[in-house]
Amino acid sequence: MNMGFKRAGLAIAVLLATALALYFIFIPAQGDYPKSFGFGKTATAADIATVDFDIRPDGKGLPAGEGRADSGRVIYVAKCAACHGADGKEIKGVKLPGPPLVTSAKGKSKTIGNYWPYATTLFDYVKRTMPYNAPGSLSNDEVYALSAYLLSANKFISENTVMNARSLPKVVMPARDLFVRDDRKGGNEVK
Amino acid sequence: MEENKENKVDKTGKISRRQLLGGALAAAVLPVASSFTGLVQEEVPPVAPADPTKVQGIPPGKIGTRSPFENPARKASDISSRSPLQDFYSTITPSDLHFERHHAGIPNIDPEKYELLIHGMVDRPMKFSLADLKRFPAFTRTCFIECAGNFRRGKAEMTPQEILGLTSQSEWTGVMLSTLLREVGVHPKAKWFLAEGGDAALLTRSIPIEKAWDDAIIAYGQNGEAIRPAQGYPARLLLPGWEGNTNVKWLRRIEISDQPYFTREETSKYTYPVNGKIRMFSFEMDARSIITYPSYPQQVQRGWIEIRGIAWSGRGKVTKVEVSTDAGKTWNDANLQEPVLSKAHTYFRHLWQWNGAETEILSRVTDETGYIQPTLKQLVDARGADIGGYHMNPITSWIIKRNGQVLFKPEKYK
Ligand code: HEC
Repeated sequence: MNMGFKRAGLAIAVLLATALALYFIFIPAQGDYPKSFGFGKTATAADIATVDFDIRPDGKGLPAGEGRADSGRVIYVAKCAACHGADGKEIKGVKLPGPPLVTSAKGKSKTIGNYWPYATTLFDYVKRTMPYNAPGSLSNDEVYALSAYLLSANKFISENTVMNARSLPKVVMPARDLFVRDDRKGGNEVK
Repeated sequence: MEENKENKVDKTGKISRRQLLGGALAAAVLPVASSFTGLVQEEVPPVAPADPTKVQGIPPGKIGTRSPFENPARKASDISSRSPLQDFYSTITPSDLHFERHHAGIPNIDPEKYELLIHGMVDRPMKFSLADLKRFPAFTRTCFIECAGNFRRGKAEMTPQEILGLTSQSEWTGVMLSTLLREVGVHPKAKWFLAEGGDAALLTRSIPIEKAWDDAIIAYGQNGEAIRPAQGYPARLLLPGWEGNTNVKWLRRIEISDQPYFTREETSKYTYPVNGKIRMFSFEMDARSIITYPSYPQQVQRGWIEIRGIAWSGRGKVTKVEVSTDAGKTWNDANLQEPVLSKAHTYFRHLWQWNGAETEILSRVTDETGYIQPTLKQLVDARGADIGGYHMNPITSWIIKRNGQVLFKPEKYK
């Protein structure tokens, strides 16, 4: 609590120091705020656990469970292929309901194979919102198996590699090296 | 959602006095059943009485409606809808015409059940009900929200709405995120926060923590009333000046972290090629302007024309808008409508006498950082020919033909 208060004070000082006087037109002075308003409730570990399943590139957040490409392929055919295509590849001249998920020699699309920097993002995204027609319905084992299938179809892992909380963050995605932080800063420069 | 509540037939099937008295208004809007929305309006051409001074008008009602002669409308696709920028006289976008972009439709959220959870690197993880959020000191600010993918081109027959209708402006009200962060106590090592929406996409974005201390708002009000469902009811994240996707709607959770998460929306999407690399965490919307009058498909006449449009910058105030009426050879300073607000659509006007010769009109904005809106060529030169569709803010030109026809000038760059 104290920390937050100090941090806010610090932030305001930093704003002052950088002479962004403009901001004071907009940001209400918080100097007269009490240390705490006392509104809201403390969240319990259970409150957090039900909604917190995001996953970081270092693997933080990955749940227990595991899966392999062969079982992943079976799930893919049953639950994903209708929208993403039989093998997840772009089909020339055909617009499927979902984007392609597997890079092909001829395909031009940005896919997991040529554009995604982290394998953990695949688990996180599929778990939170796919399949589109039944979002959030997959078990952790199913998502590990689908991740294994899509990563092996994109040739990042072998067909037999088991995906779990330890192995998934270790998958190296070549596109990672292409990603750079935005360096636009305004001013008289087009970037 | 936008159904006309004044013109419903009552439960007994009787037509109300209101409708009998309604005259033109009632006639113009007939409720018809639809399996999708229940009630939608079917438009019939409006008719006004020959002499409105000789008939009683409509009595006061609960919900107002537009004149039946005015039909501004969004242009919708499966995933987004665009604001009719050419129909606006000033900078506030009527809430029902605010652009939409969502990844899993508009969720239907019960405000009584709504909770915002803040956890992660905090002293005390907390959850706030909507009523809790409203008890904190409130704050109101007018600013634009623009989708990072707001760039369409390709043919001459395009309206401002079709070219860049994914930008809108509202007066937003809510609680400063910094106020809530003081309440939970943020660890000094925190550098980012993850914002998560409560729709079926559970959309997530990582945001640098400085933005939270700077000007981020948890907004529950839009243009004086509760935020619209399409804009994030009951509460959304508002990051003034930053790409639309980061302004997470239906906000249900904020997790404080020391690193970003590299979610799908900040890797696979909302990133773009720049000279062989891929630019990510591209937040600020660079300055942009467009002439909305005259524009396609309007027709102009020789003589005085007030050229009008909007300009904005995600980095602060618009300081100057220049208009050229000779294809960019010479430039004139346009008048800016006061008040000019930071990170807000700013209306500009420039009076011009058209002599009837074919020409090209265009506008370019300068913001308070000194940034000058670039041409498409400048953007391609800076980023390479493999530009994606994100963060494109080129100067938009209109061609005026000798017969007064106005056409968009699509430019080639490859
Ligand atoms: C009913 C159609 C449908 C089904 C079934 C479906 N998806 Fe999707 N998927 C989509 C759509 C549409 C999108 C794009 C969503 C968006 O961006 O708003 C998408 C996006 C994705 C993406 C992100 C792709 C990218 O390049 O950003 C992944 C990964 C994905 N789906 C995996 C799956 C998996 C795995 C399954 C099976 C469990 C599945 N999907 C089932 C429609 C579907």
